[in-house]
Amino acid sequence: MVDASHTCVALNGVSAVAGGTTILRDVTLVIAPGECVAVLGANGAGKSSLLRLMNGLLATNSGSAHTPSSRDQALIFQRPVLLKRSVLDNVSFALKTRGVAADDAAEIAREKLAACGLATFADRYARTLSGGEQQKLALARAWALQPKLLLADEPTANLAPAAVHSVETILHRMHVAGATIVLATHNRGQAKRLATRVIFMADSTIVEDRPANDFFASPQSAEAIEYLAVERA
Amino acid sequence: MSLLVDSAAEAIRMVASADGKLLEIAVLSLRVSATATLIAAIIALPIAAWVAQTRSALKTPVVVVLNACMGLPPVIVGLVVYLLLSRSGPLGALGWLFTPSGMIFAQTVLITPIIAALARQTLEDAQIEYRDLFASLGLSRWQSLVTLLVETRFSLLVVLLAGFGRAIAEVGAVMMVGGNIAGETRVMTTAIALETSKGELALALALGMVLLAIVLVVNGFAHWGKMWIGRRYG
Amino acid sequence: MKLFLKGLVAAGLSLCASLSAAETIVVASTTSTDQSGLFAHLLPAFEKASGVKVKVVALGSGQALDVGRRGDADAVFVHDQIAEEKFVADGFGVARVPVMYNDFVLIGPATDPARAAGRDIVAGLAAVYSAKADFVSRGDKSGTHAAELRLWKQAGLDPASEKAKWYRDTGSGMGPALNTAAAMNAYVLSDRATWLAFKNRQNLKIIVEGDSKLFNQYGVMLVNPKKHAHIKAQPAQRFIDWLVSGEGQAVIASFRINGEQLFFPNARK
Repeated sequence: MVDASHTCVALNGVSAVAGGTTILRDVTLVIAPGECVAVLGANGAGKSSLLRLMNGLLATNSGSAHTPSSRDQALIFQRPVLLKRSVLDNVSFALKTRGVAADDAAEIAREKLAACGLATFADRYARTLSGGEQQKLALARAWALQPKLLLADEPTANLAPAAVHSVETILHRMHVAGATIVLATHNRGQAKRLATRVIFMADSTIVEDRPANDFFASPQSAEAIEYLAVERA
Repeated sequence: MSLLVDSAAEAIRMVASADGKLLEIAVLSLRVSATATLIAAIIALPIAAWVAQTRSALKTPVVVVLNACMGLPPVIVGLVVYLLLSRSGPLGALGWLFTPSGMIFAQTVLITPIIAALARQTLEDAQIEYRDLFASLGLSRWQSLVTLLVETRFSLLVVLLAGFGRAIAEVGAVMMVGGNIAGETRVMTTAIALETSKGELALALALGMVLLAIVLVVNGFAHWGKMWIGRRYG
Repeated sequence: MKLFLKGLVAAGLSLCASLSAAETIVVASTTSTDQSGLFAHLLPAFEKASGVKVKVVALGSGQALDVGRRGDADAVFVHDQIAEEKFVADGFGVARVPVMYNDFVLIGPATDPARAAGRDIVAGLAAVYSAKADFVSRGDKSGTHAAELRLWKQAGLDPASEKAKWYRDTGSGMGPALNTAAAMNAYVLSDRATWLAFKNRQNLKIIVEGDSKLFNQYGVMLVNPKKHAHIKAQPAQRFIDWLVSGEGQAVIASFRINGEQLFFPNARK
């Protein structure tokens, strides 16, 4: 049995089924607090399912899953879902749903917006922001909740290079500030820059789970070799 | 063609001279239909919210019934409400027959299903977009519902306007329940029906134009309010 | 959104504040008396004399009697003697009080294709029948409809039962029936008051008038408080008494459209 005080996530032989299809198969995984893990794999390999399962959006059919409570987590989507309110209200809304008083919520929100480079956008209508700014706002909102575990599902897939860079900077700062991060990505450079460990998925399960440098230097599974070759080409 | 021109001229003359009777009728129309819309919203939105998020086996039948009731004929609503409010009917003691309260009652019955059905669809569509966010933020069912209502406020405003439009434009129900009593229960549509039956076609058409103008102004205000909220964040 | 809701709430509140408590009675009457403008002429004088406010619901005579039967009006003022007598005999009305009369007229195309013109309504209808000229019937159990059916019977004809194609059963009020006749250039039986007040005449004119069979009597009845306890018998009786009083009868006689008198008081008190 895993010692809960030294693990953030512990999955043991977890499978999940949705609509009659197995979307996660026999996944075993332990993530320690403070790690930054990149999840790689082709489309449909099960990356999103893994994150959703950790977040509690997906139920397990077999195996056991220990994850932080949903209040200690935050999930960043590929396409940020923003409320039809001001930038500031998007962040303070999340705090208020957790019982933070309005004044305190606004103060924390301003602080996190500043940390994410959005201080001047506080009063803008959130949905008028550019794609990169929207993702930064989603990160500020997640950050304000002080999650122990941050799950990011291809957060930069749709962004221009400059925006990719600032999103990575924010993720890095959150990591330094103590958050455990699980980052699903197709961007190999991003995985190298941010993660110390790579989980490679294929066919709804984990195929490789190794330190990032080792993985990129010498992938071992046929799927990973092919994946890296295709991506390189 | 000349009838249209005459009517337009008559409509402008009536509005320009701020005819007292016309004003009274227009205000009553607005008052009755706006009140009916408010009451219908209070009844319909919780129904819509419940149906949108429930997994109950009742969901499908309720959706089908609500959607079907959007086509309730006003005359049938008028007849049923008339029989309810009649002194010989179960609600006769209220004394609402041939009063604005009765007309509000009838219009509320008419548009509650419309608002509920359209709002249900609006909320369900929005739910697809927000579901994962709400779950990942750990919102309770109640918090999710309230947030969803706030998030869809612009679409719901259009839903309310659709209900209001249907209410202020219908004639069958208010004619039966209100009785088209001069100075009491005469609204724009029953006045139009009356002038038509008197053969005053130009006047009837002019009243129709005024009614259209009122509906336009109400929609204009609603749109302006929406823009104003939007600009606060622009 | 908030502003809009505030507006709605304000509208709701203003509604609750309205309708103060001056004594008000409901009179179910016919379109002919209301749409011709008689009530607009009559009621201010009565309200001034009595302080009682009258709300008029204008329907066909049959519907107006139904409203009275259900207890939804305090008095009924219509023109269908046979139905009125049944209403009283059944105990729904206290007594039938004759108030005034006018007459029916046969309206038709100015060219009179059926050659129905004259002073004899039975001959006129027979001419319409044999010419198969378009004829618009109210078909709504109104006093005028009842009179029309009675006149066909006197002519020994029954186009309604024969479902003759030229006989259009429209199930509508006097005004809509006249609009239909104007659009079709058809014959139609109308009360004179509605015809005189009617504006969309197109090519229609009066074809037959002045026959004693076209006599159209109006009567008023108090709805029986023994059937419906909430009936405001006192003010409603006051209205009835005033209608047949010298003052009321004089006001009825003074109502004119284009100088023409529309209703002739005959309370015979």
